[in-house]
Amino acid sequence: MEQHAAVASPEITFPHEPASSTKRVWKVFWILLIITMVELSFGFTIYFIHMNPNFNEHLVLAFKGTIVILSLAKAYYIVSVFMHLGDEIRNIIMTIVLPLLLFIWFIAAFLWDGHSWRNLKNEFNRDLPQQTQPQPEGQKPGALD
Amino acid sequence: MSTTVPAGYKWWSGGKSPFNVSYGKLMMWYFLMSDTFTFGALLISYATIRMSQNYWPDPNHVFNTFPGFGHTNLPLAFVSLMTFILIMSSVTMVLAVNAGHHMNRRGVEKWMAWTIVGGLAFLGCQAWEWTHLITGEHAVLINGKIQEISTTVKGNPWGPAVAGLMHEGHQVNTPGPIAFGGFFFGITGFHGFHVFSGVVINLIMLIKTRLGHFEQRGHYEMIEKAGLYWHFVDLVWVFVFLCFYLV
Repeated sequence: MEQHAAVASPEITFPHEPASSTKRVWKVFWILLIITMVELSFGFTIYFIHMNPNFNEHLVLAFKGTIVILSLAKAYYIVSVFMHLGDEIRNIIMTIVLPLLLFIWFIAAFLWDGHSWRNLKNEFNRDLPQQTQPQPEGQKPGALD
Repeated sequence: MSTTVPAGYKWWSGGKSPFNVSYGKLMMWYFLMSDTFTFGALLISYATIRMSQNYWPDPNHVFNTFPGFGHTNLPLAFVSLMTFILIMSSVTMVLAVNAGHHMNRRGVEKWMAWTIVGGLAFLGCQAWEWTHLITGEHAVLINGKIQEISTTVKGNPWGPAVAGLMHEGHQVNTPGPIAFGGFFFGITGFHGFHVFSGVVINLIMLIKTRLGHFEQRGHYEMIEKAGLYWHFVDLVWVFVFLCFYLV
Protein backbone atom coordinates (compact mmCIF):
# COMPACT_ATOMS: atom_id res chain seq x y z
CA MET A 1 0.00 0.00 0.00
CA GLU A 2 2.33 2.71 -1.26
CA GLN A 3 0.90 6.22 -1.34
CA HIS A 4 2.37 9.69 -1.17
CA ALA A 5 1.91 12.06 1.76
CA ALA A 6 -0.13 15.21 1.15
CA VAL A 7 1.64 18.58 1.16
CA ALA A 8 1.75 19.57 4.85
CA SER A 9 1.17 23.30 4.48
CA PRO A 10 0.44 26.04 1.91
CA GLU A 11 3.84 27.55 2.79
CA ILE A 12 5.47 24.72 0.83
CA THR A 13 5.71 25.75 -2.84
CA PHE A 14 7.76 22.77 -3.99
CA PRO A 15 6.96 19.53 -2.13
CA HIS A 16 9.81 17.30 -0.98
CA GLU A 17 10.24 14.06 -2.86
CA PRO A 18 10.41 11.21 -0.29
CA ALA A 19 13.55 9.08 -0.32
CA SER A 20 12.90 5.73 -2.01
CA SER A 21 15.26 3.71 0.23
CA THR A 22 16.88 3.97 3.65
CA LYS A 23 20.35 3.35 2.21
CA ARG A 24 21.60 6.86 3.02
CA VAL A 25 20.41 6.61 6.64
CA TRP A 26 22.39 3.42 7.22
CA LYS A 27 25.43 4.83 5.46
CA VAL A 28 25.41 7.82 7.84
CA PHE A 29 24.88 5.46 10.80
CA TRP A 30 28.10 3.62 9.88
CA ILE A 31 29.95 6.92 9.39
CA LEU A 32 28.84 8.14 12.85
CA LEU A 33 29.75 4.81 14.45
CA ILE A 34 33.22 4.73 12.87
CA ILE A 35 33.94 8.37 13.80
CA THR A 36 32.87 7.60 17.40
CA MET A 37 35.19 4.56 17.49
CA VAL A 38 38.08 6.69 16.23
CA GLU A 39 37.30 9.32 18.91
CA LEU A 40 37.29 6.63 21.58
CA SER A 41 40.59 5.20 20.37
CA PHE A 42 42.08 8.72 20.61
CA GLY A 43 40.58 9.01 24.11
CA PHE A 44 42.37 5.79 25.11
CA THR A 45 45.57 7.02 23.47
CA ILE A 46 45.42 10.14 25.66
CA TYR A 47 44.79 7.90 28.68
CA PHE A 48 47.94 5.92 27.97
CA ILE A 49 50.00 9.03 27.18
CA HIS A 50 48.97 10.43 30.59
CA MET A 51 50.45 7.35 32.33
CA ASN A 52 53.92 8.66 31.55
CA PRO A 53 54.60 11.45 34.08
CA ASN A 54 56.73 13.40 31.55
CA PHE A 55 54.20 13.22 28.71
CA ASN A 56 54.32 15.54 25.70
CA GLU A 57 51.59 18.17 26.20
CA HIS A 58 51.57 19.20 22.54
CA LEU A 59 50.88 15.62 21.47
CA VAL A 60 47.88 15.44 23.85
CA LEU A 61 46.65 18.81 22.56
CA ALA A 62 46.94 17.57 18.95
CA PHE A 63 44.83 14.47 19.77
CA LYS A 64 42.24 16.61 21.57
CA GLY A 65 42.07 19.03 18.62
CA THR A 66 41.51 16.13 16.23
CA ILE A 67 38.69 14.82 18.43
CA VAL A 68 37.02 18.28 18.31
CA ILE A 69 37.20 18.31 14.49
CA LEU A 70 35.77 14.76 14.33
CA SER A 71 32.87 15.84 16.61
CA LEU A 72 32.11 18.73 14.25
CA ALA A 73 32.01 16.21 11.37
CA LYS A 74 29.48 14.14 13.35
CA ALA A 75 27.39 17.25 13.95
CA TYR A 76 27.44 17.99 10.21
CA TYR A 77 26.15 14.50 9.32
CA ILE A 78 23.41 14.56 11.98
CA VAL A 79 22.12 18.00 10.94
CA SER A 80 22.50 17.53 7.20
CA VAL A 81 21.12 14.00 6.76
CA PHE A 82 19.20 12.97 9.90
CA MET A 83 17.56 16.38 10.32
CA HIS A 84 17.26 16.78 6.51
CA LEU A 85 18.61 20.35 6.60
CA GLY A 86 20.82 19.49 3.61
CA ASP A 87 17.66 18.77 1.59
CA GLU A 88 16.06 22.15 2.30
CA ILE A 89 16.54 25.21 0.11
CA ARG A 90 19.50 27.55 0.63
CA ASN A 91 17.40 30.26 2.35
CA ILE A 92 16.52 28.10 5.37
CA ILE A 93 20.00 26.56 5.59
CA MET A 94 21.52 30.05 5.84
CA THR A 95 18.99 31.35 8.39
CA ILE A 96 20.01 28.48 10.71
CA VAL A 97 23.75 28.24 10.02
CA LEU A 98 24.83 31.90 9.81
CA PRO A 99 23.82 32.86 13.42
CA LEU A 100 25.96 29.95 14.64
CA LEU A 101 29.05 31.79 13.37
CA LEU A 102 28.75 33.83 16.61
CA PHE A 103 30.16 30.75 18.34
CA ILE A 104 33.57 31.41 16.79
CA TRP A 105 33.90 34.65 18.76
CA PHE A 106 32.07 33.20 21.75
CA ILE A 107 34.50 30.28 22.18
CA ALA A 108 37.69 32.22 21.38
CA ALA A 109 36.87 35.11 23.72
CA PHE A 110 35.85 33.01 26.72
CA LEU A 111 38.69 30.48 26.51
CA TRP A 112 41.11 33.40 26.25
CA ASP A 113 39.47 34.97 29.30
CA GLY A 114 39.72 31.76 31.34
CA HIS A 115 43.37 31.40 30.42
CA SER A 116 44.18 34.99 31.38
CA TRP A 117 42.28 34.53 34.66
CA ARG A 118 44.51 31.58 35.53
CA ASN A 119 47.65 33.60 34.76
CA LEU A 120 46.47 36.53 36.88
CA LYS A 121 45.67 34.26 39.83
CA ASN A 122 49.03 32.53 39.58
CA GLU A 123 50.88 35.84 39.48
CA PHE A 124 49.07 37.89 42.12
CA ASN A 125 46.83 35.72 44.29
CA ARG A 126 48.71 32.59 45.18
CA ASP A 127 46.62 31.78 48.22
CA LEU A 128 43.07 32.08 46.92
CA PRO A 129 41.04 29.15 48.33
CA GLN A 130 39.72 28.00 44.91
CA GLN A 131 43.24 27.18 43.86
CA THR A 132 43.80 23.47 44.29
CA GLN A 133 47.31 23.01 43.03
CA PRO A 134 50.52 24.96 43.47
CA GLN A 135 51.28 27.29 40.62
CA PRO A 136 53.67 26.04 37.94
CA GLU A 137 57.40 26.58 38.48
CA GLY A 138 58.87 29.83 37.28
CA GLN A 139 55.89 32.12 37.95
CA LYS A 140 56.59 34.32 40.95
CA PRO A 141 54.06 36.64 42.54
CA GLY A 142 54.33 40.15 41.18
CA ALA A 143 56.35 38.97 38.19
CA LEU A 144 54.89 41.73 36.06
CA ASP A 145 56.33 44.48 38.32
CA MET B 1 14.13 13.33 0.54
CA SER B 2 14.99 15.94 -2.05
CA THR B 3 13.42 19.11 -3.39
CA THR B 4 13.42 20.04 -7.06
CA VAL B 5 13.27 23.80 -7.63
CA PRO B 6 13.57 25.40 -11.11
CA ALA B 7 16.89 27.23 -11.63
CA GLY B 8 16.73 30.97 -10.94
CA TYR B 9 13.42 30.71 -9.06
CA LYS B 10 12.62 34.03 -7.29
CA TRP B 11 11.92 33.22 -3.60
CA TRP B 12 11.77 36.82 -2.39
CA SER B 13 9.25 38.28 -4.88
CA GLY B 14 6.39 37.95 -2.40
CA GLY B 15 3.18 35.92 -2.16
CA LYS B 16 4.89 32.78 -0.83
CA SER B 17 7.15 31.60 1.97
CA PRO B 18 10.83 32.07 1.01
CA PHE B 19 11.74 29.06 3.16
CA ASN B 20 9.58 26.39 1.50
CA VAL B 21 8.76 24.74 4.86
CA SER B 22 5.67 24.94 7.06
CA TYR B 23 5.46 27.55 9.83
CA GLY B 24 5.68 24.86 12.53
CA LYS B 25 8.83 23.30 11.14
CA LEU B 26 10.54 26.67 10.66
CA MET B 27 9.77 27.59 14.27
CA MET B 28 11.08 24.22 15.47
CA TRP B 29 14.34 25.04 13.69
CA TYR B 30 14.50 28.46 15.33
CA PHE B 31 13.75 26.97 18.74
CA LEU B 32 16.54 24.43 18.28
CA MET B 33 18.91 27.21 17.20
CA SER B 34 18.17 29.15 20.39
CA ASP B 35 18.59 25.95 22.42
CA THR B 36 21.99 25.52 20.73
CA PHE B 37 22.99 28.86 22.22
CA THR B 38 21.75 27.80 25.67
CA PHE B 39 23.82 24.61 25.62
CA GLY B 40 26.69 26.50 24.00
CA ALA B 41 26.69 29.05 26.82
CA LEU B 42 26.68 26.28 29.46
CA LEU B 43 29.52 24.34 27.82
CA ILE B 44 31.59 27.47 27.18
CA SER B 45 31.22 28.63 30.80
CA TYR B 46 32.40 25.15 31.86
CA ALA B 47 35.41 25.46 29.53
CA THR B 48 36.20 28.95 30.86
CA ILE B 49 36.25 27.81 34.49
CA ARG B 50 38.26 24.75 33.54
CA MET B 51 40.82 26.92 31.74
CA SER B 52 41.11 29.18 34.80
CA GLN B 53 42.25 26.29 37.04
CA ASN B 54 45.76 24.91 37.34
CA TYR B 55 44.32 21.44 37.89
CA TRP B 56 41.25 19.69 36.48
CA PRO B 57 40.25 16.05 37.13
CA ASP B 58 41.09 13.56 34.36
CA PRO B 59 37.75 12.16 33.08
CA ASN B 60 39.39 8.75 32.61
CA HIS B 61 39.81 8.52 36.39
CA VAL B 62 36.34 9.85 37.28
CA PHE B 63 34.28 7.86 34.74
CA ASN B 64 35.93 4.44 34.78
CA THR B 65 33.25 2.04 36.01
CA PHE B 66 30.68 -0.19 34.34
CA PRO B 67 27.57 -1.68 36.00
CA GLY B 68 28.29 -5.20 37.24
CA PHE B 69 32.07 -4.87 37.02
CA GLY B 70 32.66 -3.47 40.51
CA HIS B 71 35.86 -1.43 40.79
CA THR B 72 37.46 -2.73 37.58
CA ASN B 73 39.17 0.17 35.83
CA LEU B 74 37.21 0.58 32.55
CA PRO B 75 37.67 4.16 31.33
CA LEU B 76 35.28 5.39 28.61
CA ALA B 77 33.43 2.05 28.44
CA PHE B 78 30.06 3.02 29.93
CA VAL B 79 29.84 6.35 28.14
CA SER B 80 30.56 4.56 24.84
CA LEU B 81 27.50 2.42 25.49
CA MET B 82 25.40 5.54 26.20
CA THR B 83 26.66 7.19 22.99
CA PHE B 84 25.86 4.07 20.98
CA ILE B 85 22.34 3.91 22.44
CA LEU B 86 21.69 7.53 21.46
CA ILE B 87 23.08 7.13 17.90
CA MET B 88 20.95 3.99 17.49
CA SER B 89 17.79 5.77 18.66
CA SER B 90 18.56 8.58 16.21
CA VAL B 91 18.62 6.02 13.40
CA THR B 92 15.29 4.51 14.44
CA MET B 93 13.83 8.06 14.60
CA VAL B 94 14.93 8.88 11.05
CA LEU B 95 13.46 5.55 9.92
CA ALA B 96 10.14 6.57 11.54
CA VAL B 97 10.24 9.88 9.64
CA ASN B 98 10.98 7.97 6.45
CA ALA B 99 8.03 5.60 7.06
CA GLY B 100 5.87 8.70 7.57
CA HIS B 101 6.88 10.07 4.17
CA HIS B 102 5.54 6.87 2.64
CA MET B 103 2.32 7.02 4.75
CA ASN B 104 3.34 3.70 6.31
CA ARG B 105 1.52 3.80 9.66
CA ARG B 106 2.80 0.42 10.83
CA GLY B 107 6.38 1.48 10.12
CA VAL B 108 5.96 4.75 12.02
CA GLU B 109 4.54 2.90 15.04
CA LYS B 110 7.35 0.34 15.05
CA TRP B 111 10.23 2.81 14.73
CA MET B 112 8.75 5.32 17.18
CA ALA B 113 8.43 2.53 19.75
CA TRP B 114 12.12 1.60 19.28
CA THR B 115 13.11 5.26 19.59
CA ILE B 116 11.26 5.50 22.91
CA VAL B 117 13.00 2.33 24.12
CA GLY B 118 16.37 3.88 23.19
CA GLY B 119 15.54 7.09 25.06
CA LEU B 120 14.50 5.19 28.19
CA ALA B 121 17.66 3.06 28.03
CA PHE B 122 19.78 6.20 27.87
CA LEU B 123 17.95 7.74 30.84
CA GLY B 124 18.50 4.51 32.80
CA CYS B 125 22.24 4.67 32.07
CA GLN B 126 22.38 8.27 33.19
CA ALA B 127 20.51 7.47 36.42
CA TRP B 128 23.05 4.73 37.16
CA GLU B 129 26.00 7.00 36.45
CA TRP B 130 24.66 9.82 38.66
CA THR B 131 23.90 7.40 41.50
CA HIS B 132 27.37 5.93 41.20
CA LEU B 133 29.04 9.37 41.41
CA ILE B 134 26.84 10.73 44.21
CA THR B 135 27.13 7.64 46.42
CA GLY B 136 30.72 6.54 45.62
CA GLU B 137 32.98 7.88 48.40
CA HIS B 138 36.71 8.41 48.11
CA ALA B 139 39.41 9.22 50.65
CA VAL B 140 40.38 12.90 50.60
CA LEU B 141 42.81 14.86 52.77
CA ILE B 142 40.95 17.92 54.12
CA ASN B 143 42.60 20.17 56.74
CA GLY B 144 45.09 17.44 57.60
CA LYS B 145 42.37 14.79 58.15
CA ILE B 146 41.36 11.94 55.85
CA GLN B 147 37.64 12.15 55.00
CA GLU B 148 35.43 10.08 52.72
CA ILE B 149 33.56 12.35 50.25
CA SER B 150 31.63 11.70 47.04
CA THR B 151 31.17 13.70 43.83
CA THR B 152 28.43 16.28 44.39
CA VAL B 153 27.89 19.98 43.63
CA LYS B 154 29.56 20.72 46.97
CA GLY B 155 32.44 18.26 46.97
CA ASN B 156 34.99 16.87 44.56
CA PRO B 157 37.26 14.00 45.64
CA TRP B 158 39.17 14.02 42.32
CA GLY B 159 41.97 16.46 43.19
CA PRO B 160 45.72 15.80 42.81
CA ALA B 161 46.98 12.71 44.65
CA VAL B 162 48.85 13.12 47.94
CA ALA B 163 52.18 11.43 47.20
CA GLY B 164 52.61 8.19 49.14
CA LEU B 165 49.50 8.51 51.32
CA MET B 166 47.19 5.48 51.24
CA HIS B 167 43.94 4.83 53.11
CA GLU B 168 42.51 1.27 53.29
CA GLY B 169 44.35 0.35 50.12
CA HIS B 170 43.27 3.40 48.13
CA GLN B 171 45.26 6.47 47.07
CA VAL B 172 44.33 9.62 49.06
CA ASN B 173 43.67 12.81 47.06
CA THR B 174 43.34 16.46 47.93
CA PRO B 175 39.94 18.05 47.08
CA GLY B 176 39.51 18.90 43.40
CA PRO B 177 38.00 22.08 41.94
CA ILE B 178 34.53 22.55 43.44
CA ALA B 179 33.03 23.65 40.09
CA PHE B 180 33.43 20.16 38.58
CA GLY B 181 30.28 18.64 40.11
CA GLY B 182 28.11 21.68 39.44
CA PHE B 183 29.00 21.77 35.76
CA PHE B 184 28.80 18.00 35.30
CA PHE B 185 25.45 17.52 37.02
CA GLY B 186 24.07 20.80 35.66
CA ILE B 187 24.89 20.18 32.01
CA THR B 188 24.28 16.41 31.83
CA GLY B 189 21.13 17.01 33.89
CA PHE B 190 19.89 19.67 31.47
CA HIS B 191 20.65 17.31 28.58
CA GLY B 192 18.93 14.43 30.41
CA PHE B 193 15.89 16.66 30.90
CA HIS B 194 15.83 17.20 27.13
CA VAL B 195 16.01 13.43 26.61
CA PHE B 196 13.16 12.96 29.08
CA SER B 197 10.95 15.57 27.39
CA GLY B 198 11.90 14.05 24.00
CA VAL B 199 10.69 10.66 25.22
CA VAL B 200 7.40 12.22 26.38
CA ILE B 201 6.95 13.98 22.99
CA ASN B 202 7.73 10.75 21.14
CA LEU B 203 5.25 8.88 23.32
CA ILE B 204 2.52 11.40 22.47
CA MET B 205 3.39 11.07 18.76
CA LEU B 206 3.20 7.27 19.01
CA ILE B 207 -0.25 7.49 20.65
CA LYS B 208 -1.46 9.96 18.00
CA THR B 209 -0.15 7.68 15.26
CA ARG B 210 -1.99 4.69 16.77
CA LEU B 211 -5.18 6.75 16.99
CA GLY B 212 -4.81 7.47 13.26
CA HIS B 213 -4.65 11.25 13.63
CA PHE B 214 -1.86 11.69 11.08
CA GLU B 215 -3.46 9.30 8.60
CA GLN B 216 -6.61 11.44 8.65
CA ARG B 217 -4.49 14.57 8.23
CA GLY B 218 -2.85 13.06 5.15
CA HIS B 219 0.73 13.65 6.28
CA TYR B 220 3.12 12.76 9.13
CA GLU B 221 4.77 16.16 9.52
CA MET B 222 4.39 16.04 13.32
CA ILE B 223 6.72 13.00 13.33
CA GLU B 224 9.26 15.10 11.41
CA LYS B 225 9.06 17.92 13.99
CA ALA B 226 9.41 15.49 16.92
CA GLY B 227 12.30 13.95 14.96
CA LEU B 228 14.05 17.32 14.69
CA TYR B 229 13.90 17.65 18.48
CA TRP B 230 15.12 14.11 19.04
CA HIS B 231 18.07 14.49 16.66
CA PHE B 232 18.95 17.74 18.40
CA VAL B 233 19.20 15.83 21.69
CA ASP B 234 21.64 13.43 19.99
CA LEU B 235 23.55 16.40 18.56
CA VAL B 236 23.96 17.98 22.01
CA TRP B 237 25.22 14.66 23.38
CA VAL B 238 27.99 14.69 20.75
CA PHE B 239 29.31 17.85 22.42
CA VAL B 240 28.60 16.84 26.04
CA PHE B 241 30.47 13.58 25.31
CA LEU B 242 33.30 15.62 23.80
CA CYS B 243 33.62 18.20 26.59
CA PHE B 244 33.14 16.00 29.67
CA TYR B 245 34.44 12.56 28.73
CA LEU B 246 36.91 12.84 25.85
CA VAL B 247 39.00 15.98 26.35
